[in-house]
Amino acid sequence: MTRYPDLPPTDASALSAKDFKTDQDVRWCPGCGDYSILAQVQRTLPTLGIPREDFVFISGIGCSSRFPYYMNTYGMHTIHGRAPALASGIQCLRPNLNTWVITGDGDSLSIGTNHLMHALRRNVNLKIILFNNRIYGLTKGQYSPTSEVGKKTKSTPYGSLDHPFNPIAVALGAEASFVARSIDVDAKHMKAMIQRAAAHEGTALIEVFQNCNIFNDGAFAFISDRRERPKTSLVLEHGQPMRFGKKKEYGIAIGPDMKPRVVDAEAHGVENLLVHDEGNPTIAYLLSQLSHPDFPTPIGVFRDIQRPVYDRMLQAQVDDARARKPGRSVQDLIESVHVWEVR
Amino acid sequence: MSTAQTVELETVAIRFAGDSGDGMQLTGTQFTETSALLGNDVATFPDFPAEIRAPAGSLAGVSGFQLNFSSHEIYTHGDAPDVLVAMNPAALRVNIGDLKPDGILIANTYAFTDKNLEKAGFEKNPLEDGTLQMFRVFPVDITSMTLEAIREIGLNQKAAVRCKNFLALGLVYWMYNRPLQHTIDWIEKKFRAKVPDIADANLAALKAGYHYGETAEIFTHNYVVPKAKLEPGRYRGINGNHALGLGLLAAAELSGLELFLGSYPITPASDLLHFLAAQKHLGAKTFQAEDEIAAVCAAIGAAYAGGLAVTSTSGPGIALKAEAIALAVMTELPLIVCDIQRGGPSTGLPTKTEQADLLQVLYGRNGECPVPVVAAATPGDCFFVAIEAARIALRHMVPVVILSDGYLANGAEPWKIPDVSAIEPIHTEFRTDPEGFLPYARDENLARPWAVPGTPGLEHRLGGLEKEHLTGNVSYDPANHQFMTELRAEKVARVAQHIPPTEVHGPASGDVLVVAWGGTYGAVRSAVDHLIAHDRAVAHVHLRHLNPLPDDLGEIMGRFERVVVPELNMGQLAMILRARYLIEIRSICKVQGKPFKEAELIRDISAELEHAR
Repeated sequence: MTRYPDLPPTDASALSAKDFKTDQDVRWCPGCGDYSILAQVQRTLPTLGIPREDFVFISGIGCSSRFPYYMNTYGMHTIHGRAPALASGIQCLRPNLNTWVITGDGDSLSIGTNHLMHALRRNVNLKIILFNNRIYGLTKGQYSPTSEVGKKTKSTPYGSLDHPFNPIAVALGAEASFVARSIDVDAKHMKAMIQRAAAHEGTALIEVFQNCNIFNDGAFAFISDRRERPKTSLVLEHGQPMRFGKKKEYGIAIGPDMKPRVVDAEAHGVENLLVHDEGNPTIAYLLSQLSHPDFPTPIGVFRDIQRPVYDRMLQAQVDDARARKPGRSVQDLIESVHVWEVR
Repeated sequence: MSTAQTVELETVAIRFAGDSGDGMQLTGTQFTETSALLGNDVATFPDFPAEIRAPAGSLAGVSGFQLNFSSHEIYTHGDAPDVLVAMNPAALRVNIGDLKPDGILIANTYAFTDKNLEKAGFEKNPLEDGTLQMFRVFPVDITSMTLEAIREIGLNQKAAVRCKNFLALGLVYWMYNRPLQHTIDWIEKKFRAKVPDIADANLAALKAGYHYGETAEIFTHNYVVPKAKLEPGRYRGINGNHALGLGLLAAAELSGLELFLGSYPITPASDLLHFLAAQKHLGAKTFQAEDEIAAVCAAIGAAYAGGLAVTSTSGPGIALKAEAIALAVMTELPLIVCDIQRGGPSTGLPTKTEQADLLQVLYGRNGECPVPVVAAATPGDCFFVAIEAARIALRHMVPVVILSDGYLANGAEPWKIPDVSAIEPIHTEFRTDPEGFLPYARDENLARPWAVPGTPGLEHRLGGLEKEHLTGNVSYDPANHQFMTELRAEKVARVAQHIPPTEVHGPASGDVLVVAWGGTYGAVRSAVDHLIAHDRAVAHVHLRHLNPLPDDLGEIMGRFERVVVPELNMGQLAMILRARYLIEIRSICKVQGKPFKEAELIRDISAELEHAR
């Protein structure tokens, strides 16, 4: 694949986090979870070995969608919900680029759900970070498609009636090839997830639990609290039995009724615990249904499989068609039908 | 041998009509191609229902194809057909009102059963009750003759009946002295390898129709239409959507850019997607998006990434794309938006033509959001309009709308093959120098630099929020918003500096100037030529650029006593001209899903000429 325009790439090995910072003042509310996600992305990109000019950050509308303004890369703050579609166009034209989509729960699971699902099913080479704060922040506090039932907000003074979307289950339903979850306050875990997503060929979705300290403070307190987290979260590791708790004293097992249950790891036998397999869609879906307080909420990679990547296939079709009919011009095409001469 | 006398005619219009599954579009297309190869000038009007297969024999299911062929240059498909081929009573009922008095009606008697007559709303068989005596009626049992002609091939009844359109075509070929060879070649190529039985059956039916005309002695005349004196050169047939596709490919070649089309299926624009999807060997990338919004957004992404980005749709899709087109205006990216107009509002008349999207594409967005708009005049002109749209988009870094319509999209004509290498290349330049780079700095056309991802040192952010002059940073400054709003307007206004002088067809001054645009070209030109031939002081200006308008238009209109604007809408261009030039504009409006007839325009323009005196 050619670079376009044809210029030598810059040295990626010399990059550091500060190379990805812009001169624009970051305008999120003090204490917002977005700051830590921005910091982790800026710290992780220099580790990927990709020249800075090849990164593109595309966002929709919402608090999180201000993100591209703070990244010293190519980028566009587009229109509400449409970032995956616009990013797909970039990646289809130029599969060598490294395009990231920054979106929120309102942007990608309400007005733009369609585009999110279609990007996931096509498996365009996009890395999507979904900031899930379970609220509309920029419009000042209406319930969102991931808000819990009964939530009282400005637009739902009697409590919301909508059953919420589960972003992981939506992504799995669209047969996404990479689906992960992380937490804004867990810098180390988030960095690992960003690296995993970046290494994935195809669409990668990371849901990040992100605290909106103004309109929905504490939505993820159960898992954000460092002392509670070992008990309330299940850290997913491929090929490892599912264990959690401060001393990994609990485990997840499947009963004969095919239902998951929390067991005492030692008493049940570690060898009898459910083993995580990132390639198994049944396990991925089962995990998507586990949540606090009945279960620990899983974080990590739910699913990571290889399947053909849309933008690369599109390029291959073009290259193949060109190889079969080399050197053709538009003039040839114009004259490829019956032509007659008028004298 | 035939005893029929051969009569020479100048121009003949034929309409084939039947059920939407009867193959009438194919029959008409074959006759068109054969006539074009013979050297006639040809114009066509396919008219089909939105339903793919409405109930057989119903009025809703009638599909028609009219073609006009002539020994001189023609601009339209002809007002009224000289010949109507009606494959069933419903086709007769829907179309008989258009047939010329003393016109020829060929009716497939096999389909005139009590049940079909009832479905078409006839109490008695019109072939027998004397109501058609103003026409020359030829009842022919097309279906039975077809079954008989192909009996030995042994097709099942359903497949056998489907060959009847070729029998009808063969008969009409005989009537107008057309050779069968082009259609024989077509049948061989289409069917021989895959379904040899069908190839044999269609060939047998075609020849049986021809021989029937020759031997049956019911037709007392047959006709020749000599070659037209077309401009010498090499020709091919073209319809508007294919010409548009070829023009976009040519624009990509002329600019050295990769072509990207983001589209969503919609009538009557889908053919453009089909056509470009088949041209991957020329580097065209097509993306059938999940919806209209995704289609335009993907195209904007491709524009940002440095492609020749296109999205194609019809009126309802333009409505959905409005917010994204405004994003392209704000981010100042080159984008081509093809609107193949159809009857509206809402779902409207999907398969019928109209010009009622002009105000939508000019003004249907939030905020002050001007875009250049160009319109194609003929099917072949779609090619040149596509190149012009690309030139404007790339020269000024702006989204450009191309207006075509269902009539142009599906209508076909002989097209003099252009020499792509003789067309002026489209200059494009990617910014590569980081020194002094400002994303919103401008050149003499007010275009900002095109800096595409992958270029070291030019990393920058775009977006829908108002941009600060030069830096492109987000700005809420009141004076900057005023400045940028005026700048975006001025940028579009400066497109006019590149518009060539307007051509006035007819006298330079006089009683009436007819100002028209888009697919009405043929009917307007024919009507104006007719009136000029009758010594009337009338002229025709056909606008390609609808925004901005040509700088010389006001002065030209001032040389005529009256300005008349015929449009297939309720007076949209007329409204714009009144507002812009503060002069009286007379409007001729038609919204019937059908193009203007020459006779209608002659009548209405004549009325204006009377008032002008």
